[in-house]
Amino acid sequence: MSSLTIRNLRKSFGSVEVLKGINIEARTGEFIALVGPSGCGKSTLLAMIAGLETVTEGEIRIGDRLVNSVAPKDRDIAMVFQSYALYPTMTVRENITFGMESRGVPKPQREEAVKRVAALLQIEPLLGRKPGQLSGGQRQRVAMGRALVRDPKLFLFDEPLSNLDAKLRVDMRTEIKKLHHRVGKTTVYVTHDQVEAMTLASRIAVMHQGQVQQFDEPQAVYDRPANMFVAGFMGSPAMNFIPAKLTTGPDGKPAVSFKATGGTAVLSLQDGISPGAAGRDVILGVRPEHIFRYSPELKAAKKSIASIDAPVEMVEPTGAETIGLMRFGDLEVTGRFDPDEAPRMGETITLGIDMSHACLFDPTTRNLI
Amino acid sequence: MADAALARVHDREASAAFRRHFLSRVVIYGLLSIFAIIYLVPLLVVVFNSFREQPEIAQNGLIAFPRSFSFHAWADAWSTYCIGGTCEGMRRNFLNSLWMAIPATILSTLLGAMNGYVLSKWRFKGSEVLFTLMLLGVFMPGQIALMPWAFLLGKLGLTNSTYGLILIHVVQGISFTTLFCRNYYVSIPDDLIKAARIDGAGFWRIFRKIILPLSPPILIVTVIWQFTGIWNEYLFGVVFTSGREQPITAALVALTASGTNVRAYDVMSAAVLIGALPPLLVYFLGGKYFVRGLTQGAIK
Repeated sequence: MSSLTIRNLRKSFGSVEVLKGINIEARTGEFIALVGPSGCGKSTLLAMIAGLETVTEGEIRIGDRLVNSVAPKDRDIAMVFQSYALYPTMTVRENITFGMESRGVPKPQREEAVKRVAALLQIEPLLGRKPGQLSGGQRQRVAMGRALVRDPKLFLFDEPLSNLDAKLRVDMRTEIKKLHHRVGKTTVYVTHDQVEAMTLASRIAVMHQGQVQQFDEPQAVYDRPANMFVAGFMGSPAMNFIPAKLTTGPDGKPAVSFKATGGTAVLSLQDGISPGAAGRDVILGVRPEHIFRYSPELKAAKKSIASIDAPVEMVEPTGAETIGLMRFGDLEVTGRFDPDEAPRMGETITLGIDMSHACLFDPTTRNLI
Repeated sequence: MADAALARVHDREASAAFRRHFLSRVVIYGLLSIFAIIYLVPLLVVVFNSFREQPEIAQNGLIAFPRSFSFHAWADAWSTYCIGGTCEGMRRNFLNSLWMAIPATILSTLLGAMNGYVLSKWRFKGSEVLFTLMLLGVFMPGQIALMPWAFLLGKLGLTNSTYGLILIHVVQGISFTTLFCRNYYVSIPDDLIKAARIDGAGFWRIFRKIILPLSPPILIVTVIWQFTGIWNEYLFGVVFTSGREQPITAALVALTASGTNVRAYDVMSAAVLIGALPPLLVYFLGGKYFVRGLTQGAIK
């Protein structure tokens, strides 16, 4: 059963079309992340689900009900805003009960609900305070409390963590995940942070220029990105794109060739891939973690590892790993290394590339082959 | 030795800088004091004269230090002085002004708050144009509207009545109060409104529960602005009312015009002060909020 269905949804502001036919379906209890760069239409889409923006074309269903022209308050949703949008003149308690009060819930029930939510989020000591007296993390909790107290069909989150500092953001991320597990409500979560999307969502909709580029489970989006935009957007450092030609390798199997430093590199493709005729232009996509220091033992353990020599141009240690920038012809390629075996600047290193994780893209359509 | 010499040189430079600083302070405060005196002397003269006896004023001149002291002029000006044949003092006109300024202030402020709320948070097609048109009212001198008002008040049967003046001041004031409130409400985040809509609050509930509680700074500004403006307004009062129905500003003119050969400077002074007290009081009580409200945004 699906609790949110969006079919062929369009939105125009004047002559500008910001959403161009969106199709998304969320099963009950699912956590959907809408992710994309700013201006991709993800926040507009969320506002339309909430009923804060009108629908130009298409349909939005919550449960089985068509809600295109239903007022926000009658959609049975709750929303957490990026700015938290706590009512500044009300105490935390009043903030949480405002919605119930508006809907005429009797006082004893309201008190009961506040107690439940305050305990769940551990904000009991804050109930008498005003939002101005709270820290960023506390405001965030209160904003979630205000949403949770409704017990709605659908939770909407609009970049709820982007105003928090880095450490707190990670903590709250974990907390939101736990909370979702416990409450089990269908959730739509807008973010521009691909890590947030990966960690939280059961499925991710990657959006760009008003269209859903890919809608799939996080690992699938990461491993098999539908096109070069998704490949480049998900993952940090970003995937390396290497223009190449299809060819036949020395072992007679399909391979890719491209100009590397000091000659042409030929890397055999993984078995079972039949990308097309030799000579075709392709773009080879390799994630930085699939580029590492080559060793015969690794090769022996995994047949799909190809090797290539490259000079190291720059090394950036981050502590847990070291990012290396290597030169392939006129391209710079990023690799992630274990600090113990990190290359030195200026060194020419023999790299191993795990071709089993490589992706091939069509240079004209930019789609996955 | 060298150190000591160096220190002395430093000291000399430091003290020169200090002297320059001190001198510039003296000049600044001296100038400010002169201006303060220029502003305050007339007030002082009027206050003094309101407590002096008329014969003493006649003898020593208008500008002199008081040699006598009495509340006589105040009492006279309040309730017994004769203006144009009626001997009731300024009391009636003072009350007229109150009954005019208070409702007109409240009504125009409330209407301005509502207009501002709609024009900032519930924009519709043409709302910007409407706002611009309302702004024209800010720049329109009141005398332009004299004839239309005369016509309208005549039709409504509100000439020579406080109600007529209330109507005029409410309408004339709306463009100002709308401008103030709208610009203040623009700085209230729209997310608050969205959150409240999802919470099930409607147009009026959002206004009452969210917008109004955030409004005191700007409401104080508009109330002070409107009250002093309406109280001090004179043209409409003179044109549309007469005699007992006049607000105090208009009556003060009648006071100076009426009367015998002897100018009753003591009573006039007291009457002027009676007419000036309410706006002064309002400003004393709310002045600091006025400055704060004008410079402060809604939410940090």
